[in-house]
Amino acid sequence: MEKIGVLITHQPLPYLEQELTRRGCRLFRLWEAPETSRLEFCRENSAAIRAIVGNSNFGADAATIDALPKVEIIASFSVGLDKVDLVKCKERGIRVTNTPDVLTDDVADLAIGLAISVMRRIPSADKYVRSGAWKKGDYTLTTRFSGKTVGILGLGRIGIAIAKRAEAFDCPISYYSRTEKPYPNYTYYSTPVDLASNCDVLVVACALTEETHHIVNRAVIDALGPKGVLINIGRGPHVDESELVAALVEGRLGGAGLDVFENEPHVPDELFGLDNVVLVPHVGSATIETRTAMADLVLGNLEAHFLNKPLLTPVV
Amino acid sequence: MAMPSLELDSRYEEKPKLLLLQPINGPFKTALSQKFELVKADESPLPLPTFLSTHCLQIKALFILAPTVTVDSSLLDQLPSLGLVAAISAGVDHIHLDACRKRGVVVTNAGETFTPDVADFAVGLLVDVLRKVTMADRFVKNGLWMGKGDLPLGSRVSGKRVGIVGLGSIGSHVAKRLMAFGCPISYFSRAPKPNFPSYRYFSSVLDLACENDVLVLSCALTAETHNIINRDVMVALGKDGIIINVGRGALIDEPELVRCLKEGVIGGAGLDVFVNEPDVPKELFQMENVVLSDHRAVTTPESFKGVSELVIANLDAFFSGKPLLSPVSS
Repeated sequence: MEKIGVLITHQPLPYLEQELTRRGCRLFRLWEAPETSRLEFCRENSAAIRAIVGNSNFGADAATIDALPKVEIIASFSVGLDKVDLVKCKERGIRVTNTPDVLTDDVADLAIGLAISVMRRIPSADKYVRSGAWKKGDYTLTTRFSGKTVGILGLGRIGIAIAKRAEAFDCPISYYSRTEKPYPNYTYYSTPVDLASNCDVLVVACALTEETHHIVNRAVIDALGPKGVLINIGRGPHVDESELVAALVEGRLGGAGLDVFENEPHVPDELFGLDNVVLVPHVGSATIETRTAMADLVLGNLEAHFLNKPLLTPVV
Repeated sequence: MAMPSLELDSRYEEKPKLLLLQPINGPFKTALSQKFELVKADESPLPLPTFLSTHCLQIKALFILAPTVTVDSSLLDQLPSLGLVAAISAGVDHIHLDACRKRGVVVTNAGETFTPDVADFAVGLLVDVLRKVTMADRFVKNGLWMGKGDLPLGSRVSGKRVGIVGLGSIGSHVAKRLMAFGCPISYFSRAPKPNFPSYRYFSSVLDLACENDVLVLSCALTAETHNIINRDVMVALGKDGIIINVGRGALIDEPELVRCLKEGVIGGAGLDVFVNEPDVPKELFQMENVVLSDHRAVTTPESFKGVSELVIANLDAFFSGKPLLSPVSS
């Protein structure tokens, strides 16, 4: 990849930056340009830029793509591509790749970890002990996770990995998806409200599309109810966040474990004081192991493209 | 004339006496007092030895609510008619089993009623420490996500090699859960467990620590397991290794644990139990690589209900001469 210009939209893993440099790429660091002049930055360097490396928050919209007529490939350091204008890419014949599968285990691990953390109040226990307030005979009543019904919105790779883990806790599994899937042990519901009415823990694990935007709305939250727990390891816009905040503040929902938010890194500060809410900053795939594997996929896709070999994980 | 004899009999039958040394209240007290005459040492103005010699020479059953009371030879000597000590905990390190056995006193514990909750909690702590959940929650709730702070990457849970110290009911449930995360399981116990052929057995804790990324402590505290996790074991576990303790605080040499965490000899720890609860070594409060909790692994309504029913069933069985449901073997 000698001399190939690569636009990086975000501050990448040091390993990815090192490996691109080692392969002779010329790096254009979009995140270092002032926010107001990023399109200009693209136009100025458009003669050299043939590839874009994006991530789940910083992809490539139509204007960015238009500013870069020589771009041939967008290799995203993410599974979700909702920040990449795929229609535009198809029109232009730009190839798009993502990093599927490598983060499935991490996201599923975190989903179960969040559910236990919320129900057993682990972060609030930690805060309590560290405050020095623990006295003999004190205890907080918490909620058992084992055996609770886990409802999954979207039974894709991540949803299935979550189901497999939850089964080891003797949790009955139910799910919603557009069509029923061949998992006879899992109960299918044809609407999110029906799923939420019939589960204790609702996990959002579907892709973000127009149909799944605000798939968790007030009706779903009310169906989950004051003992129900919502886990979102999907995307922030899957959940109507203002309805979620209102339900948690009013005690209409039992608890929530959230890895994603509608306007990251903004998090509604009404949630900061709630012990039944566990908040983590979009770290579903934030492990050394997974980030390295994702970087290797980005590098592999770029290399394959410029050597005219089949892409490893093409989407477009 | 038909007499409702059974009903009358049970109504007027004298309730068996049950000795309590600690205050008790709530629905469990109500449930116990429906079946038993509660002899409450804690409510008497008399000193305990006087109370026991005055009121308890005929007492056959003792209920121990919390492990803050030690049942030793001197207590047992004051209760010559005692046949049963019914404990509410899973661990019975506060009850001297040898002393009980010598006097023909049987001991019952929580059996398996706490198993799912403790196993869940161990997995929760494990995911939390590796994925920095509590640390991340603190980070977000302190408003640090807006570009001001930086959260280090976590470590993958799936595939981590997990060594379980004590493959009893709780240990085997931890193993079952972690198998679903793709974690290879090995264990240390006094003898190999033929029921679990897919788990690798180690006859020494040191070897177990050498071959694993995570140690989960779920064994009973006995003379042999006291400080079973010493500095050598932690050195063998290594700088990325983590320890999860849902057993008893004294399974670990606590001052050494604090030193090893401080010096980076091990990578982190998730601790629900401590040597001198509720006192926790203050050095831990400043550490980012530990998750601390207040011995809450069993605090769910399901566990409380299950153990209450089990205690009553054990007492019923004892007083009617039937086999006990959860006797502890010494």
